[in-house]
Amino acid sequence: MTELRRWVRALSKHVALIVVAVLMIYPLLWMVASSLRPNDEIFTSPGLLIDTFDFRHYPDGWNALARPFSTYLLNSAIVVAGSVVGNLISCSLAAYAFARLQFSAKRIAFVIMLIAIMLPVHVLIIPQYVLYAQIGWINTFLPLIVPKFLATDAFFIFLMVQFIRGIPVELDEAARIDGAGHARIYLQIMLPLMIPALATTAIFTFIWTWNDFFSQLIFVTKPDLYTVPVALRSLIDAQSQSDFGALFAMSVISLVPVFLVFLFGQRLLLRGIATTGGK
Amino acid sequence: MTALGELRALSAPRGMQSAREKAARGRDNKAAAIFLAPWLIGLIGITLGPMLMSLYLAFTNYNLLQNPQFTGLENIQRMLGDERLGASLLVTAIYVLVSVPLQLAVALALAILLDRGVRGLPLYRSVFYLPSLLGASVAIAVLWRLVFGGQGLLNALLSLFGIQGPAWIAEPQTALGTLIVLHVWTFGSPMVIFLAGLRQIPRELYEAASTDGAGRWRQFRSITLPMLSPIIFFNLVLGLIGSFQTFTQAFIISNGTGGPADSTLFYSLYLYQEGFSSLRMGYASALAWLLLIIIAAFTAVNFWAAKYWVFYND
Repeated sequence: MTELRRWVRALSKHVALIVVAVLMIYPLLWMVASSLRPNDEIFTSPGLLIDTFDFRHYPDGWNALARPFSTYLLNSAIVVAGSVVGNLISCSLAAYAFARLQFSAKRIAFVIMLIAIMLPVHVLIIPQYVLYAQIGWINTFLPLIVPKFLATDAFFIFLMVQFIRGIPVELDEAARIDGAGHARIYLQIMLPLMIPALATTAIFTFIWTWNDFFSQLIFVTKPDLYTVPVALRSLIDAQSQSDFGALFAMSVISLVPVFLVFLFGQRLLLRGIATTGGK
Repeated sequence: MTALGELRALSAPRGMQSAREKAARGRDNKAAAIFLAPWLIGLIGITLGPMLMSLYLAFTNYNLLQNPQFTGLENIQRMLGDERLGASLLVTAIYVLVSVPLQLAVALALAILLDRGVRGLPLYRSVFYLPSLLGASVAIAVLWRLVFGGQGLLNALLSLFGIQGPAWIAEPQTALGTLIVLHVWTFGSPMVIFLAGLRQIPRELYEAASTDGAGRWRQFRSITLPMLSPIIFFNLVLGLIGSFQTFTQAFIISNGTGGPADSTLFYSLYLYQEGFSSLRMGYASALAWLLLIIIAAFTAVNFWAAKYWVFYND
């Protein structure tokens, strides 16, 4: 009897989980299916099976704007690459100081850094815009990349501080006895040991920057410099009511990089948000 | 420890410091200045500096082309009579107060379902987690437009059952609801944090409770909830701060208008319209500061209320 009850309980649990999983994933699968269907079938077919394949949406969407979609993918890739490099360098430098150095006003600096994690971007965006306009940075990628080299994503400083605290101090002390300065300890001991934290930072920076719309919309208004989210937005306007297939096709393409990062970096992502609580 | 736990610990009263400790603290000043230089330049140049500047701009009339004109309290007076500001505050408040608790409840429920040795856990976890990585993108907002449109996926499914659904995103009564659904859809990220928290709860507590005859519900209320409360608190604070700033989805779904009938006019969308469409940068700066004050007040209330329900086992 108890055996049966346990079995029924496990079964009902799986049924509940599967229902939720289907609800979660169905819209995504429908989007992929819709990108491969003729336009007039998209909204009449809520199912996932495709009667007639129509691959035209991909070339159509690719060439629907002033430039081929590859331009926008490349622009996004440049912004993402710059942001990842910037965050890795600046945040690891600051994290080393917070985790290992003894300096005046450390406590207050650390509190400011923690509060900055929670600061809404909207409070800064207007004066930042004014500032960047004055130095001629609007319609360049600089407003999107340079702040990352100045450790403005304080969340990653915190993530790395947490990680460094888990590295035994004896390693630094041994190195210091051998005559190594902080520069060498940082470069030759910390950075190699921090690789998991650096990888988590790189992955999150990749995804957040790739998805970011607000600042890219504001700082980049020249069509040649559009990043993928901004290009998608203008594709909505260009297609308006007619060519939904093309819109779906480019949306699918824009999600592929994030999906690949998820597929290969999942372990690091999960560990990253589980240990520091994510954002 | 989470960033919030850290803040709490740092705000606790300090013990006496020995002279030696004080001397040690300045030991690495030179090195720290070098290691912290990028962060400090960023903090002053693109965080604190702009914050002060926007505080000044909040009391001016500024359209980016002419120099800012100081107008005293004019922007604040304008706020008091601004109906769209009222509408955007209401929309944002409804969204924050409904979607954040709803998302956390779903995340917690599924974390608990997944916690007790479910076969296929990694697969379920991946499927639940994936949407939270995609949810902020323009592509998913586009998808939402087409799922909840008049001829969208949802209505196609409903028509199979003979139900004629409305144009969800074009009706003022339902448009905001579709965005709440989108927020709940991204429950995977807090769920993963809950899962990690559940792992930390000692199994003996449950064993002892069940020997004493406590049922599952009682165990949940008396063990799981208190032990998990710091993590619930963490997810709550970050969820509130994040959802106050929602922009992309509302912008895409309403074509940047906040419509229909201002029913998706999120605060940040209104701020964007005022600042970057109407070029009223002074007024937008005032709006930005109001947002900062609201978020800070919410967070402060949260920290204060936490004393009464968050249980720190230290």
